[in-house]
Amino acid sequence: MSGVEIENLNVWFGDGEDRVDAVIDASLRVESGASFGLVGESGSGKSTILRAITGLVPTWSGKMVVAGEELGDSRSATFFNKVQMVFQDPYASLHPRHSVDQVLSETLHLHGYDDIDKRVPKLLEDVGLGTSFRFRYPHQLSGGQRQRVAIARALAPKPEILLLDEPTSALDVSVQAEILNLLVDLREERKLTYVMVSHDLAVVGHMCEQIAVMQHGKVVEIMSVEEMRAMRPQNEYTKHLLTSSLGYSRPESVR
Amino acid sequence: MSEQMPNLVDVDDLWVKFPTRTGMFDAVRGVSFSLGKERLGIVGESGSGKSMTGRALLRLIRKPGIVEAKQMKLMGEDLLSKTEQEMRDVRGQRISMVMQDPKFSLNPVMTIGDQIMEAYSLHAKATKRDAKDKAMEMLKAVTIRDPDRVFRAYPHEMSGGMGQRVMIAMMLAPDPEILIADEPTSALDVSVQGQVLSIMDRLVEERGMGLIFISHDLNLVSSFCDRVLIMYAGRVVETCRADKLHEAQHPYTRGLLNSLPRLDQPRDRLEVLKRDDAWRDAASVVETS
Repeated sequence: MSGVEIENLNVWFGDGEDRVDAVIDASLRVESGASFGLVGESGSGKSTILRAITGLVPTWSGKMVVAGEELGDSRSATFFNKVQMVFQDPYASLHPRHSVDQVLSETLHLHGYDDIDKRVPKLLEDVGLGTSFRFRYPHQLSGGQRQRVAIARALAPKPEILLLDEPTSALDVSVQAEILNLLVDLREERKLTYVMVSHDLAVVGHMCEQIAVMQHGKVVEIMSVEEMRAMRPQNEYTKHLLTSSLGYSRPESVR
Repeated sequence: MSEQMPNLVDVDDLWVKFPTRTGMFDAVRGVSFSLGKERLGIVGESGSGKSMTGRALLRLIRKPGIVEAKQMKLMGEDLLSKTEQEMRDVRGQRISMVMQDPKFSLNPVMTIGDQIMEAYSLHAKATKRDAKDKAMEMLKAVTIRDPDRVFRAYPHEMSGGMGQRVMIAMMLAPDPEILIADEPTSALDVSVQGQVLSIMDRLVEERGMGLIFISHDLNLVSSFCDRVLIMYAGRVVETCRADKLHEAQHPYTRGLLNSLPRLDQPRDRLEVLKRDDAWRDAASVVETS
């Protein structure tokens, strides 16, 4: 069974002269239980694909089958039980005046759970936060702890598929390591499917088995992580991305 | 660094303090370093005091913040005893700073050309004609392909990489001796990052400028800079040659390096940094080179 199947996806914003084609004819396939990475520069359309899956962009065409459901204009309630998203900036994605308890309780309530009081501490433990964090507000948490709360919120309805939009790019490297380890553990325990967007090729290389490279809205190459590690991409642009991600290489003229 | 040349910057025992309700908070604690005509990297995590060190050098720490140092000299001149008036001749003209995000550091209602001309004529007392020539020359120097168009453009018409190049052009127009770049490429895509870095690289090489490069990106600093200071909790825990960063000894530096995922060395789990209070309490490392 395929976790996420996208065929000839087009996403655009505006119309007439102002029309911007954010995603052009993108096709990809993520097996259930796999971890798939989307890389590219800003504006390449990688986040837009995730937003199209969750129904956050109204103007798209093509075919999307996610968690066994063919997607139309709206999403069913059960869809959100199966697919959840974690956003980039934990400073912006948590309500500043809602405590951790409120954030998680509301989510559980919306997904129709009754034993909320029992589930909240469980969720916090799952993401490595003690129950002492339950009644704290976001400003009392560090960036890493906030991202853990955001992950707990996504895990609340017991999803099959997690969409991760740059989950660690706002964090320090040592905190990034903790969050990436947590994500790896969660995936193993729960057999989750990940679709992860990142601009950091090393992070995607660590997390994912397959990687799609995007440029100007198009998927230019899909490769396995082994191919990427061996620095054997087919596409010129991918090569360029890979070499620039290794750090600064001094041109001959200034050496 | 040759011995007989005077250092561009000498900093000895720099402290930056902020009074808070719970007592004094030390953002920078006893940092000492010197800068020659080279690329000096300062790395550390958020809150390690790396940006504060850069700002203190320009005396940009506002009250109630306190800057103290045994010595803070720019080519032998004491910066701490300068009046606010005298500091204005230093800022921009002799020491320039490029900040992280061009979106917030350019004036949104002024054209790019006017901003560069203003920055230049403020210091050089040039005629309008000279200032315009200089602005065009600077835009070309930072490899902007169509300087005429960019000259007339407003900041919102620029992409991030263009904006950052414009910032660099503006900062370099008065021909400073030192450039402080605070995370200059963090808001940029990797391929644009390379272009911006090579511009700064060339300027250091051609003009003999000193560059202080503040960044959280260890790989980038180790491939771009000549020398690195590693900061933790307001102090320098280690200094080393940039190309030897991967052989660093201090457990904090090692921990940071090991927590990075690497393409060439796949691992199942990333190492998590175990912080040691001793790192925080020990005195700053002074260079031994």
